[in-house]
Amino acid sequence: MLSAGWQLAAATLRGAAPLVYATLGGWCAERAGVVNLALEGLLLSGAFAAAVVAHTTHSAWLGALAGGLGGVALAAVYGLLVLRWRANQIVAGMGLNLLAAGLTPVLCKMLYDDTGRTPSLTLAERWQVAPLYVCWLLVAVAWFVARYTRWGLWHGFAGEQPAALDAAGVGVNRVRWVAVLTGGVVAGWGGAALSLGASSCFSRDLAAGRGYMALAALIFGRWRPVPAALACLLFGFCEAAQDRLQGVRFGSGEPVPVQFIQILPYVVTILVLAGWAGAARPPRALGTVFSREGNH
Amino acid sequence: MTNRLQPIFAVAVGLALGLVVTALAGENPLHVLAVLARGAFGTRYGLGLTLAYATPLVFTGLSVAVAFRAGLFNVGAEGQLTMGALAAAAVGAVWPGWGAPGAWLAAGTAAVAAGMAWGAVPGVLRAWRGSHEVINTIMLNFIAAGLANYVTMYVLRNPASQNPETRPVGPGYMLAPWAWFAGAPVGWGLPLAIGVAVAVGWWLERSVTGLELRAVGENEPAARAAGINAGRVRVLAFALAGGLAGLVAVPEVLGNTGRFRPAFSAQYGFLGIAVALLGRNRPGGILAAALLFGALQKGATDLDMETDHVTRELALVFQALIILAVAAEGAWEMVFRRRARPC
Repeated sequence: MLSAGWQLAAATLRGAAPLVYATLGGWCAERAGVVNLALEGLLLSGAFAAAVVAHTTHSAWLGALAGGLGGVALAAVYGLLVLRWRANQIVAGMGLNLLAAGLTPVLCKMLYDDTGRTPSLTLAERWQVAPLYVCWLLVAVAWFVARYTRWGLWHGFAGEQPAALDAAGVGVNRVRWVAVLTGGVVAGWGGAALSLGASSCFSRDLAAGRGYMALAALIFGRWRPVPAALACLLFGFCEAAQDRLQGVRFGSGEPVPVQFIQILPYVVTILVLAGWAGAARPPRALGTVFSREGNH
Repeated sequence: MTNRLQPIFAVAVGLALGLVVTALAGENPLHVLAVLARGAFGTRYGLGLTLAYATPLVFTGLSVAVAFRAGLFNVGAEGQLTMGALAAAAVGAVWPGWGAPGAWLAAGTAAVAAGMAWGAVPGVLRAWRGSHEVINTIMLNFIAAGLANYVTMYVLRNPASQNPETRPVGPGYMLAPWAWFAGAPVGWGLPLAIGVAVAVGWWLERSVTGLELRAVGENEPAARAAGINAGRVRVLAFALAGGLAGLVAVPEVLGNTGRFRPAFSAQYGFLGIAVALLGRNRPGGILAAALLFGALQKGATDLDMETDHVTRELALVFQALIILAVAAEGAWEMVFRRRARPC
């Protein structure tokens, strides 16, 4: 009985880890006032880059590093589109998700002549235990930086009062660039946790909606890193419980409807956003373009 | 003028970037282009599949456009079309004995009603609670998928199939495909899509409620000052958007599979955003953009067979690059050397 409990706890941590990275990545961008719907794409590009490099170099850590680079590469395109070219942030985010979903299988075919997946990784090439605690270290770092450092203050002001930040002589778009790119690295590591940890290769649609679930966790945690990470833990628990209840039947012979556990995170997010479960207020300048002439 | 030409330039840029990807993969871009064109338009059957892909995109594109003209972003067409298709399949599975015109009407009405109900939820939440529709529609997409899975697995499951799907609808519900297209599932869904596009365009431009909807989208304070109930208009716009997305059930369920299969939609809801954007939220533009995206989808399916180094997922790459090229407004201002608006 005890061991079943431990197994459930371990499965919860494993399920939560990629979500924590993606949620932190989303938090980086959104606290600075940039909507980030591209988390799904960042996870996919990070996962792909990590799997390719780990397979080529036979090193899990180099693979994890590459996951961050894969994420930051896509995040740089995102920054170019929304910060430089003022593209609509929602359209650009969805567009990049589509691009990552299409480009990763095409690259797979180019590199390995296989449309579905990259070659399987050996145990030594996988990044299994470290991602489970690294993400919590990152949560602590995010909390500390946001609360106690000058950079954290700028970061918050870029999302709340960009004009005031500008008046203080700090470039708003520069802060936002750093935030988007940092978020890309962190979300890319989430991808690495998927392809090197949870799975043993990159396969098509590996992220399976986790980028959107991370968005839900961010809102559930009211745009703050620690509560958002705890929300990931809750969602990870839902996923673990759902896996265990799959095919289980009630005493009366009725199967347990796991679909209702599946939709729970999304239902609570809507309730939180509507203010029915405590008020959630997004950063005031979220989604706006900053220019000296005034906010659009 | 630049404004009207921009989507065409954006398509050119998107296609060019996509062909660069194929060149990097070691394929001759002209060969890839030829395969795409031949696959999409070369045969009656190919053309039929292009049109079959394009038809749902017309509905979802219109859905996004109607919400957009009211100043709302509908990322939820995917969930709305899921509910619409499920409702149409449910009516057909529960009352399989009904005969032709009545059966079509019943299933179509159920699809529109289910889409409208699902679409109204984010509209109501926005109007009453002020919560942003983008997040809510994304969440509702996942909730719709979960509920549809539940109904498919436990309520209407087809016992004769290994795959999760609902029981088939009665024969009276099916819209026969046109023989000219040599077996491609193109039928009365296509003229319905064109007719609905024309009707929506007319309604938006020529009716009082359409004017109110555009007024709220373009200048909400002015609309309020003119006595328009903005909250009510938002709910109406979202319900209408949901109903339009629900119509995807007509070509997909009644015109093709005759049942609901989870994940039957090839990202129609998300691509609808791109179609609306590329078509500048106008019915004519949406029809053209849907045809282009349908052609890319169909043309790319032949890439697996006819090339060595690229796959059908290239369609997603092309579509994504076109969307991003349309959206990158600042880049176009640079190209056309347009002065930034003074504020």
